[in-house]
Amino acid sequence: MKIKPWSLFAVLTLLAASALLPGCEHLIVLDPKGPVGDSERSLILVSFGLMLIVVIPVIFMSLYFPLKYRASNQKARYEPTWSYSRNIEIAMWLIPIVIVAILSVLVWKETKRLDPYLPLDPAARQLPIEVVSLDWKWLFIYPEQNIAVVNEMVFPVKEPLSFSITSDTVMTSFFIPQLGSQIYAMAGMTTKLHLLADEPGTYVGQNQQLSGAGFSTMSFKAVAASPQEFAAWVDKVKRSPDTLDSARFAALREPSAGDPPAYFSSVEPGLFETIVKRFHHHPGAMESAAAATNAAADAQKAPKAAHSGHAD
Amino acid sequence: MFGKLSLAAIPYHDPIVMGAVLGSIFAGIGILALVTYLKKWPYLIKEWLISFDHKKIGIMYVILSLVMLLRGFSDAIMMRAQQAMALGASQGFLPPDHFNQIFSAHGTIMILFVAMPFLSGLMNLVIPQQIGARDVSFPFLNSLSFWLTAAGTVLIMVSLGVGEFSKAGWSGYTPLSELAYSPDTGVDYWIWSIQIAGLGTLLTGINFLTTILKMRAPGMTLMRMPLFTWTALLTNVLIIFAFPMLTVALALLTMDRYLGMHFFTNAMGGNTMMYINLFWTWGHPEVYIVILPAFGVFSEVVAVFSKKRIFGYHSLVYATAVIMFLSFAVWAHHFFTMGTSANVNIFFGISTMLIAIPTGVKVFNWLFTMYRGRVELTTPMYWTLGFLSTFVLGGLAGVLLSIPPADFVLHNSLFLIAHFHNMLVPGTLFGFFAGYIYWFPKATGFKLNETWGKRSFWLWLTGFYFAFVPLYVLGFMGMPRRMQHYDNPAWQPWLIAAAFGTFLILLGIGCMLMQLYVSIRDRAAGRDVTGDPWDGRTLEWATASPPAPYNFAVIPEVRDRDAFWDMKERGLAYARPGHYEPIEMPRDSWHGMGLGLIAFVFGFAMVWHIWWLAILGALGLIGVTIARANLDDVSYVIPAAEVERIENQRYAAMAQAGALGARSQRRRT
Repeated sequence: MKIKPWSLFAVLTLLAASALLPGCEHLIVLDPKGPVGDSERSLILVSFGLMLIVVIPVIFMSLYFPLKYRASNQKARYEPTWSYSRNIEIAMWLIPIVIVAILSVLVWKETKRLDPYLPLDPAARQLPIEVVSLDWKWLFIYPEQNIAVVNEMVFPVKEPLSFSITSDTVMTSFFIPQLGSQIYAMAGMTTKLHLLADEPGTYVGQNQQLSGAGFSTMSFKAVAASPQEFAAWVDKVKRSPDTLDSARFAALREPSAGDPPAYFSSVEPGLFETIVKRFHHHPGAMESAAAATNAAADAQKAPKAAHSGHAD
Repeated sequence: MFGKLSLAAIPYHDPIVMGAVLGSIFAGIGILALVTYLKKWPYLIKEWLISFDHKKIGIMYVILSLVMLLRGFSDAIMMRAQQAMALGASQGFLPPDHFNQIFSAHGTIMILFVAMPFLSGLMNLVIPQQIGARDVSFPFLNSLSFWLTAAGTVLIMVSLGVGEFSKAGWSGYTPLSELAYSPDTGVDYWIWSIQIAGLGTLLTGINFLTTILKMRAPGMTLMRMPLFTWTALLTNVLIIFAFPMLTVALALLTMDRYLGMHFFTNAMGGNTMMYINLFWTWGHPEVYIVILPAFGVFSEVVAVFSKKRIFGYHSLVYATAVIMFLSFAVWAHHFFTMGTSANVNIFFGISTMLIAIPTGVKVFNWLFTMYRGRVELTTPMYWTLGFLSTFVLGGLAGVLLSIPPADFVLHNSLFLIAHFHNMLVPGTLFGFFAGYIYWFPKATGFKLNETWGKRSFWLWLTGFYFAFVPLYVLGFMGMPRRMQHYDNPAWQPWLIAAAFGTFLILLGIGCMLMQLYVSIRDRAAGRDVTGDPWDGRTLEWATASPPAPYNFAVIPEVRDRDAFWDMKERGLAYARPGHYEPIEMPRDSWHGMGLGLIAFVFGFAMVWHIWWLAILGALGLIGVTIARANLDDVSYVIPAAEVERIENQRYAAMAQAGALGARSQRRRT
C-alpha cells in the first residue's frame, strides 16, 4: 500500500502525544499556589470551555464539509448559486456575539476584582516589599524589616504581599508564575502588585520581558515560608556585614548576570524613592523637577489613592 | 571619512555569521556571473528591473519575499536549535548577543520583508486585472515602492556582514533600543531598513487605494468588487493610517539616538510608555494589514474550488470593514501588564474580543461556501482547509489573551509566541501560499506541480503543529519568550519537539522549491493557453496567461459580482471585438530603481554616520525626484494593429489547443 502524506501527520501526532503528555505535571501556571493565580486559572479554563462551543463545530465543519461535498461525491446536493440564507446569517453573527457578551461580563468583573493595584484584603496586615529591577538581577527591599536582598525573596505564607516595583534600567516584567499576575517595572515610575501564597514552598520568579544580554539569567527564588522561618531568615539577613547605601547601590547597578543571593543588613532610608526619582532630575531644571516629584510622591501617599499610581 | 565604519565591523571572529555572509556573497556572485554568462543583463534591466508593468513588479515582489522567507526561516531554525540544547550546563551554540540579534531579525524580516512584499506582490499581480484595469493609478510610484522595499531589504541583509543587527527585539522597545542600552549600529540598521521599506509600503497603499477606487471597469460597483479587491482596499486604508505612526515613532527614536533628544529615554522627561503605545498603534493594524488580504485569497479560492458563489458576500464585506475599524481600538492589549487601570484594560480587552465576532463570521462564510458545493481538493484548497481548522485554535488562544487577568500570567510567555504564530502562519502565510499557487499560472502561463505542492502542505501543517503546540504548553509551564538559555529540565523535551517541527517545515520549504523546479522543468505539461486554468469567476481569468502588457484589449463591462463567470454563462467570455483601439501605456524608466539605489546608500550612510555620503544621498533623492517630475514623455502608444496582432495570436493558440470551442459551448449545456 502506498503511504499517504496525511498519515505522516497522524502517526507523528500520536507518537508525540504519547511521549510528551506525561510531562504535563509541570504546567505551573495551571497549578497556582495563591488566590490570584487561582482566579486567573479558573478564568482561563472557563473562557476556554465557552469558546469550545464555537471552535469544536467549526473544526468539525471544516473537515466534514469538504469531505461530504468533495467533487467526486456526485450524490451530494449541489446548488451552485445558493449564496444566502437569512437563518444561517443570523446564527453566524449571533452565536459569536452571545459568547463574546458573556465573556465581556466576565472580563468586566474579573479585571476589576483582579486589578493588581488592589490590596487582596484591605483589612489585613500586608507585608510591603520594594522591588528594583537591575541589569540583570532583582533587588528586594523590605522597608519594615529594614533589610535588602538580591535574587532571593522570602515571605511569610498566607500573608498578603504589597509590592512597589520600579526599574533602574530598561523595562522588565516582574513575574512569579505560581502566584499569578506579572507587572512591568519601569524606570522613574512605580507599579504596584498584590499577591499571596497559600502554601509554603519555593517558587520561581523571573523577568518576563527582554532586557538585554543577561535577560535569560534574570530569575530568583521566591520562598513562601512559615512565620517562624521568615523571622529566622530576617535574622540571618540582619547578621550580614554588608549594608546598602547609595555607594553600595552604585556598585550593585553595574551590569552582571547570574549573581548568587546577597544580603544587606540595613538599607539607607528612602533608597527606593531615590532610585525612582533619579530619573526625574535633569540639569537646569533640578529644583522644579524635584518639586514636581515631591508633589507626586505626596499625592501617592494620599489615602484615597488606591489607583493614583496607575498610568491611565 | 567613513563615520563609525571600520574593518572591525566585519564579524570575522564569528564562524556562524561568516558562513552566512560568505554563503550569501557566493550565491550573489553566482547569480551575477550566470546573468553575465548568458548575456542577459540588457534583458534583465530593460524587461524587469526598470519595468513599470504591474505584473512584472508583482513577480519581483514575490521573488523578494520568498528569498527573505528563506532568510527569516533560517533564523527560526537557529533559534529552535539553540533552545533545544541550551539547558543547564550547555550554553548552546549562540551567545546572548547573537541569539538576540537572530530573534530580532526573524520578527522584523518575517513581518516587514516577507509578509509585506508578498502582499504587495499579490496586489500588483491581481488587483488591476481583477477590476478590469490596464495598470495602477501611478505606475512610476509603483516601481519606486518596489525599489524602496528592495533597498530596505538589502540594508537588512548588509547588517549580517557589516556590523550587526538590533538586539532589542523586532518591536524595538525603548529604553532598550536607546543609545544608552544599545550603543551599536544594530538598532540603526533596524530603524533605517524599516523606514525606507515602510515608505515604499505607504506609497503602495496610496497607489492601490486610488487604483481600486478610480480605475474599476464600468459596471463594477463597490458591491460587485471581488473579495480580494475588497480586502486589499481595506488593507490599503489601514496602511495609509497606520504606517505614518510607525514612521513617527521611529523618527522620534532616531532623534533620541542621533541628536541626543529624550522622547523615549529613561531620563529627562522621556517616556518609554509613549513609544510602546505609538509602536502598537501601528503594530496592531499591521497584523490586519497582512492578514486581511490573505482572507481575500481564501474567499476567492474557496468559491472557485467549491464551484459555487461565495456564501454571504455582504457579511464578508461588512465583517472585513468592522475588523478594519476595530483594529485601531485594540493596541493596548499588547501591554495590559503596564500598570494601566482596570477600566483601561477592560476597554481594550472587550474591544479585542469584539474582533472575534467578524472573524468568526468570515470563517462561517467560507464553511458555508463549501456546503452544497463541488469541492475540488487542489493545493490552494488544501492550504485553505489547513488554515480553517488551524486558525480557530489561534483565535481561541487570542481571546484568552484578551482577558486582562489571563494575560497577566500568559503575557510574554511562549504561549503568546504560539498564539501569534498560530494567527500569522495559517492566516497570512497559508493564505499567501494559496494565492501563490492559485495565481501562478496567471503570471507565468503554466500551473505548479500538485504532487510536490501537497507534500509541501502536509510537511508544513505537521511541522506547524509540532513547532507551536509545544510552545502553548511551555507557556503554561511559565517559560518566557526570547530565552537564550534556561535551567528548567522540564522544558527541554517540548523544545526538542518544537525544533523537530521546524525541521519538518524545512522539508516543507524544500518541497516548495522542488515544486517550483519541477513545474518549470515540466512547464509544457502544465501549460495553460486559455488564461483560465481553474474555471475562475473573476476578471483576472479573462486575460491571457501571462497577460498582454495592457491586460485587456477592450475594457470589459461588468454585470455581476462574479464578472467573468457571468460572461462565460452568457457566452461572451471570448467574443472577438469588432475592432481594436490604440492603447496608451506608461513608459518604463530607471527613476524608480535609481531612487531605490540612492535610498540604500543614504540609509547605509545614516547607519554608520557617514555624513557627507548621507548628504549626497539626500540631495540625490531630491534631484532624481525633481528630474522625474519634470519628465513629460512618460507614456507610449501601442497601435491598434499591434493589439490586434497580440490578441489574434492568443485566439490562434486557444483554437489550436481546442480550448475555445469547448469553453464557450460548455456553459450553454
